[in-house]
Amino acid sequence: MSLLEVNNLLVEFRTPDGIVKAVDGVSFKVDRGETLAIVGESGSGKTVTNLAVMGLLPRKIANISGSAKLDTGAGPVDLLTIPRSELREIRGNDVAMIFQDPMSALHPYYTIGNQIIEAHQIHNQCSQEDSEKRTIELLELVGISDARKRLNAFPHQFSGGMRQRVMIAMALVNNPKVLIADEPTTALDVTVQAQIMKLLADLQKELGMAMILITHDLGVVAGSADRINVMYAGKIVESANVFELFATPQMPYTHGLLASIPRVDRPQLQRLETISGQPPSLISLPAGCAFAPRCARKSEVSGSACELTMPALVEISTGHSSRCHLVGQVNR
Amino acid sequence: MFGYLVRRIATSLAILFAVSFAVYAIFALLPFDPAALTCGKNCNNPAIIEANRIRLGYDIPFWQQYIVFLGGLFAGRNYGEGAAAINCPAPSLGYSFNEHECVTTLIRQALPVTASLAIGAMILWLIVGITLGVVAARFRGRSADTASTIFVLIGTSLPTFLTGLLLLVFVVIKWRIIPFPSGNYTSLFENPLEWAQILLLPWITLAFASAALYTRFVRNAVIETLSEDFIRTARAKGLSEKVILRKHTLRAALAPIATMAGLDFAALLGGSILTEKVFNLPGLGRLSLSAVVEYDLPIIVGATLLSAAIVIAMNLIVDILYAFIDPRVRVAA
Repeated sequence: MSLLEVNNLLVEFRTPDGIVKAVDGVSFKVDRGETLAIVGESGSGKTVTNLAVMGLLPRKIANISGSAKLDTGAGPVDLLTIPRSELREIRGNDVAMIFQDPMSALHPYYTIGNQIIEAHQIHNQCSQEDSEKRTIELLELVGISDARKRLNAFPHQFSGGMRQRVMIAMALVNNPKVLIADEPTTALDVTVQAQIMKLLADLQKELGMAMILITHDLGVVAGSADRINVMYAGKIVESANVFELFATPQMPYTHGLLASIPRVDRPQLQRLETISGQPPSLISLPAGCAFAPRCARKSEVSGSACELTMPALVEISTGHSSRCHLVGQVNR
Repeated sequence: MFGYLVRRIATSLAILFAVSFAVYAIFALLPFDPAALTCGKNCNNPAIIEANRIRLGYDIPFWQQYIVFLGGLFAGRNYGEGAAAINCPAPSLGYSFNEHECVTTLIRQALPVTASLAIGAMILWLIVGITLGVVAARFRGRSADTASTIFVLIGTSLPTFLTGLLLLVFVVIKWRIIPFPSGNYTSLFENPLEWAQILLLPWITLAFASAALYTRFVRNAVIETLSEDFIRTARAKGLSEKVILRKHTLRAALAPIATMAGLDFAALLGGSILTEKVFNLPGLGRLSLSAVVEYDLPIIVGATLLSAAIVIAMNLIVDILYAFIDPRVRVAA
């Protein structure tokens, strides 16, 4: 089996306004050394998918079903059903996560040394000194100079990019098999973004781990992802390897995303393309394709299939599937 | 940090100086003749009044009186001359012509009572408030949370004098668990058991309302902190809920409560008039209350000044404490 196999994941939130289907039947696989990018707008379910896999959604308000099988080396375990105590042993150890906003994701009252050493100590029976040594090693690995001194620094003494490096060091301290990076560069300056993306790509190669990269920006993942899953309204609408997705996008939504990436070679007097309209409310999803109300090409589909039936996720070529009534026609 | 401390202490002293002037001015400019008040209610002997005016130093202009008052704070003060002179040693806050006693002496007698009351009550309400608040937050929406909400409602809506009276009626008069408060006070160092017995009901009375308030406050602070990103990070690390609550949540949630508790404590040290009155405790509250009723201006000035000094000092202590709790404050300081 693959390292991590998510199958038919379904996440529903009970809210006063009704049930929100945040993730609806999502399946994917990641293997060692592979980078999977999950791309989509805010509210498309990409973050919720991964929080569910990490067991970080409050069980009181979230209904979760499906499976997320992780190969821990001692046989596969389903992260969604194992007891909390066993999940805690896996979290931060086999599967680690870095978050969107490094400003708020680090505890403001503890030194970064304290926080990383703590992450190491939970999963390792070793002395404080050994953990400290490992922490320094990692801080150096993520490019923080003078690491020994920086152990005693507080998060607020670091810039955003440095804090994200600290977060990465903390996530990697136990050599995780899977690293989930949830929009790791969204809160950062563009130049720092590039540095962090390169760092993540280098580290992944060096450590041979699997990486799930969540982003709303296809441009960010073009250089580092192996596979891309495009999500819309809680569903995967297109999945392909990175080259194929950029070359032959099938789903009009993917098309829109690609067209909205700023490019240097675009004619000068032309505005950046946008996808008109808003993502649908997840409480009352239409019966048909969730993207239909915003789709510029639904008139090409005969009848009103787009409004009436949700297209299935169909494999068009090996490893490339798309959820669209126009499958095979969108090619341009 | 050191420069910051020096700066803060200097500002505190300046504020205290300004407060002392304002307090002295307010009471000096009230339409009362303190000299006339010294002579009792039905006194109309102008000779005695004039003699007292000179003896107590009310014959000189107001601003000179203030300077003499300040001088008394540092060097002590004599009232009258010769054998009949009354000496109030430094720090002298004045002389009460009603009680025939130096104000400093009166405050010295009353302060330990009020301090015992305040410290005991605060310990009680912090223990109850923080425990209930954390439990309510941890089991949000369950029966423990509902029970705490009921406690909060009762605690915040019952006025102190009613709680005190209810305790007196049931615990002291009906069930006779504790003897009736005699109006005497026994120091902790003389007889700790009696001390605690005298103060037990006042502690409960005073702590009740605050415990309710703190329960609500702690509950909300913990719930809010639990939704912080850094708590999600702690969970993602694989920490147990116990460690997350103890190490990561409480410190952040309780930081604002340290501020609140410090200022509430300062307010209590100024005297809790209702509780002291209900339980007949000879504390600062009772002293101030009788001084107000009797127009005993020197006591009012002294007590007000002391309260102001305590509030200013507690503010300073809280700010310094905060720098230890929250490292971000240290840099800003």
